[in-house]
Amino acid sequence: MGASRNFSRPARIAAIAPYLWMALFFLVPFFFILKISLSQTAISQPPYEPLFDLTQGLEGVKRAAAQLSVENFHLLLSDSLYVLSYLRSIVVAAVSTFILVLLGYPIAYGMSRLPRGWQALVMLAVIVPFWTSFLIRIYAWINILQRDGLLNDILIALKIVSTPLVWLSTDTAMYIGIVYSYLPFMVLPLFATLSKMDASLLEAAADLGCSRRQAFWLVTWPLSLPGVGAGALLCFIPIIGEFVIPDLLAGSSQMMIGQTLWGEFFTNRDWPVASAIAVILLLVLLAPLLVYDRLQRKQLEGRS
Amino acid sequence: MVQALPSADAPAPDKSGDDAPLLRIASVTKRFGGVVAVNNLSLDIRAGEFFALLGPSGCGKSTLLRMLAGFETPDAGRILLDGTDIAPVPPHQRPINMMFQSYALFPHLNVAGNIAFGLKRAGMSGIDIAARVAEMLALVQLEGLETRRPDQLSGGQRQRVALARSLALRPRMLLLDEPLAALDRKLRESTQAELLELQRKLGTTFIIVTHDQGEAMTVADRIGVMDRGSLVQVASPRELYESPNSVWVATFVGDINFIEGLVVTQKGNLLTLRTEEAGTIIVTSTVKPVAGMTVPLAIRPEKIRISSETASSELANALRGQIVDINYLGDSSIYYVKLTSGSVMKVTASNIVRSDTGFFALGQRVSLSFSPDACIVLDR
Repeated sequence: MGASRNFSRPARIAAIAPYLWMALFFLVPFFFILKISLSQTAISQPPYEPLFDLTQGLEGVKRAAAQLSVENFHLLLSDSLYVLSYLRSIVVAAVSTFILVLLGYPIAYGMSRLPRGWQALVMLAVIVPFWTSFLIRIYAWINILQRDGLLNDILIALKIVSTPLVWLSTDTAMYIGIVYSYLPFMVLPLFATLSKMDASLLEAAADLGCSRRQAFWLVTWPLSLPGVGAGALLCFIPIIGEFVIPDLLAGSSQMMIGQTLWGEFFTNRDWPVASAIAVILLLVLLAPLLVYDRLQRKQLEGRS
Repeated sequence: MVQALPSADAPAPDKSGDDAPLLRIASVTKRFGGVVAVNNLSLDIRAGEFFALLGPSGCGKSTLLRMLAGFETPDAGRILLDGTDIAPVPPHQRPINMMFQSYALFPHLNVAGNIAFGLKRAGMSGIDIAARVAEMLALVQLEGLETRRPDQLSGGQRQRVALARSLALRPRMLLLDEPLAALDRKLRESTQAELLELQRKLGTTFIIVTHDQGEAMTVADRIGVMDRGSLVQVASPRELYESPNSVWVATFVGDINFIEGLVVTQKGNLLTLRTEEAGTIIVTSTVKPVAGMTVPLAIRPEKIRISSETASSELANALRGQIVDINYLGDSSIYYVKLTSGSVMKVTASNIVRSDTGFFALGQRVSLSFSPDACIVLDR
């Protein structure tokens, strides 16, 4: 730890590249958003009061600093509409991630136990949906879930129900859409973890008195937790900000934060509030990222 | 032959007399697809024995071991432990434990957790487990490393944890699959000695699989040499080295020179042969070849005396030649001597003096000789 390490010049340049990328495409845009979130709406183009007018020199910057306002953030915390949107997003993301783990783990586990040739084929089956536009796939779900859609047709044909059920514009439809869309993001990291697991560990467990079920819970499951964590994060974070799926499949009574943000930005044309929503969302997402980072760091430290 | 030692924990229940084996492998065959890995193999192993399965890679020794552990099922034949067929017993219920070549330590558990793994499954109480773990750690001299994770250990320490874990349940039989292959030479040699000491102390039956003949010779009471799925010879290390039963075993175990000899006469156990390479040779032999037959004669490199004196080539068991290559190994040197007939003999000589007088030079003419009982007459 903390030992001085010598890297070659090319290695140093290669190490800088990701930081440069992050600065250019994340930090700079984020700074713009942060700036707008501290401003006020105005009937102008763009629709907010400019903060920094460098043409007026130092005086202008000083005046701008005096005008900075956290009023938008006050609004977000005081109006239950926003707080409920955040909460709904977190709940939807958590429930979806939980379902994804339940569904994705057996799939990934089964894949990792297949012979090599079959693994490639099943992997292809997991990836193939990506070849079609995401939006088209969600519209296909609208088709399947509507009143005279495929799902109701099948349920009626199998005599499970006698009258068509309402699927569309419900939370169920939204969860179906989310789980369907994010399943590969859960399956792939899990598969990567499970397939590189040393088979002799399971033999050792059996040798030391474990039945197959015990060996799974005592060896396979704990060793696959990093994969579960990676898959869960890969799903949880984008689901929180999901806009298209709840907008097309869920009802309009409750909104996820992505929908609220969209409304503020396009319907209300309140860019500063929309930006403030985005800033808070980022802070909310930072929490699971930091937890995961900590866990990984702990693992790495254990290894060195 | 080494007597079966009484087990430290549970003395072997020898109900049916002293010669009842702990393990009986009876006509076991295992195929993978069309390939026969183990071919109609039979073997008895006594309680307390340290048995080595020796053979080149792919000879079926690991498959045999995995059948004993229960990871593979024989296609034919039976495996009897204390007279009971263990074929229907799954691995986790066999009183046999295995130490894996890769060690297979659980990376998410620390040293104590790894050793306690089997004990917990066996339903031992917490106090008993702690006591047993401490005992095992002392046995393999790893006290103080209880809380380390496998990835924080050196290769040698990992090997010890694996050994402690496989012995913690006090198995009737311990299977060791190439247990020392991952260690460097010095560590391997000291670990061999410790393994042997441990086995003597515990009295547990050990079956080790190895491709390293030196390792098998060092640790084992008996060695079973395997080739292409079959046992070709089962013998003590010394018997295996001094009296191999075939050209294949003689070549696989140690270095050896071969000469073709035509049997001329036979008086008692003294055999006179005529060879192209070495003229007339007199050897002692227990095999009874017929006069006029050509037989392979084998002689170990260290059993040939090399000298610069010119012995008369009329004498039996004395050959002349010229040194064409030398491997200096420190404690000994290997000389490759080209005989007048053109064939090359490998001769080792201990380097007992430091000065030049003790060594032979490249191109030097030397004479080789050996005593009649240094030779092995092999069956065709």
